[in-house]
Amino acid sequence: MTQLDAPVPIAHRPAPASRSVRRSPSGFGLSVGFVTIYLSLIVLIPLGAVVSRSNNHGLSGFWHQVTAPDALSALRLTVVAAALVSAINAVMGTLIAWILVRDRFPGQRVIDALIDLPFALPTIVAGLVLLALYGPNSAIHVSFAYTRPAVVIALLFVTLPFVVRSVQPVLMELDQEMEEAAKSLGASPFTTFRRVVLPNLVPAILAGTALSFARAISEFGSTVLITGNIPNKTEVAAVHIYSQIQSDNVAGAAALSTVLLLVALVALVAFNLIQRWATRRG
Amino acid sequence: MGRWIARVIALAYLLLLLVVPVGIVFFRTFRNGFSPFWDAVTTSQAEHAFRVTVEVALFAVVGNTLFGLVAAVLLARHRFPGRGALNALIDLPLAVSPVVVGLALILVYGRFEPIGGFLDDHGVKIIFSLPGMVLATIFVSLPLLARELVPVLQEIGVEQEQAAWTLGASGLQTFRRITLPAIRWALAYGVILTLARALGEFGAVAVVSGGLVGKTQTLTLYVQQEFQNFDPIGAYSASFVLAVIAIAALIVINVLRPKEHS
Repeated sequence: MTQLDAPVPIAHRPAPASRSVRRSPSGFGLSVGFVTIYLSLIVLIPLGAVVSRSNNHGLSGFWHQVTAPDALSALRLTVVAAALVSAINAVMGTLIAWILVRDRFPGQRVIDALIDLPFALPTIVAGLVLLALYGPNSAIHVSFAYTRPAVVIALLFVTLPFVVRSVQPVLMELDQEMEEAAKSLGASPFTTFRRVVLPNLVPAILAGTALSFARAISEFGSTVLITGNIPNKTEVAAVHIYSQIQSDNVAGAAALSTVLLLVALVALVAFNLIQRWATRRG
Repeated sequence: MGRWIARVIALAYLLLLLVVPVGIVFFRTFRNGFSPFWDAVTTSQAEHAFRVTVEVALFAVVGNTLFGLVAAVLLARHRFPGRGALNALIDLPLAVSPVVVGLALILVYGRFEPIGGFLDDHGVKIIFSLPGMVLATIFVSLPLLARELVPVLQEIGVEQEQAAWTLGASGLQTFRRITLPAIRWALAYGVILTLARALGEFGAVAVVSGGLVGKTQTLTLYVQQEFQNFDPIGAYSASFVLAVIAIAALIVINVLRPKEHS
């Protein structure tokens, strides 16, 4: 099973049980120095610059930028679409994981491998691909291009693997005897699923949903072509930030970026808490 | 009955969202045979975009491989103040929108910022040029390798490394002769992940590169430009190349994955 994008938090893997391997102290110091400088120059200082720039004109300046009508509308669309997409993923992802683990049909292995395609495909290609079916030259003559549903379709495409790949391993390990016991006691397949299988899957479903929410909030490439980026209508937060950068409104771009960073961090913290809760339960 | 309904719904969903759209693009790329595709991908602009893409990706992969190895060994083999922070921060790039990555780099390395201005005065251009694109690509693919290596390093344990050390091997010798062979599959896997991500990056590179045709335009930026210039065959052909790379990466990953457990 492959996960191209889903963070498996290193933080909750057991801490190294063994004593440190003794290495020359200079090698250790060099390593720590290298890692610190690398992370600082590429990730930490730049992100710090975003947050600090968003506060250049104080909290009121930040607030002014974030509540500008276009920014607010982009933010609202992004959060609502991401929530909707995560909810659909929770249901469809679980269903897809279920048919991949519990069902047998020809072509199953190919389908299983295909699930990771949205992670591997560049996002601009994802957008182009969706336009082929749901755009103006649609092969089936239904065009969602430049409408809000197009945002949802693009986000569904890029977040498809999260719930599937988080539920699948749990479902594989689940003892089928419980389900057989439920069935032999007269429970219908649906009741068995709802009362026996589903409770065991809840942490995995929630974890995958949190990840897909974090990804959907920050998505840019796949929405660029298919939504038409119409301000106040189909422009998502990341695209709005992009257009603010293009029109030299750095303060506005930084303010909205800070909001996106915060929302994504909250989603990731939620993901970590769910993982911890699942480990305790299991 | 319920089983059939579940199967039909799930497969229909995958067909409509994934299989058919990708299939249509492939079909449209080759609808008029192979030569329009070949003509589209061998224009000088497309070839240049491809070269820039590969160049940027290679720099990013080399940087992140070095970083991933060092960070993974630190996390899996050492306890030191700041380990927890490193642990948490290393995953941070995955939570950041590509556009925000680009903005963040501009705010430090842009020509009108203190650091970027200083570098610019000394003839080092970062934003709107290759170094900035490499930095952006490094940012978005930074945790992928370390995340693959840490669990494998923890699983193989330290007994063999300690034995080598006791027998008088230096730290570097131990790493090269003992640790590296033990993690080679995870390393290969992580490098492919990083490479695939680097070749396909769009948003972050779009912000920092300026997309200057024949200069800083990557293949993903070329796809966007061709599409917006109403040249679908150019956009489809370049997309096909990118998709083939992505699928090849998936296949290699699927082949490499099981070997870790044997």
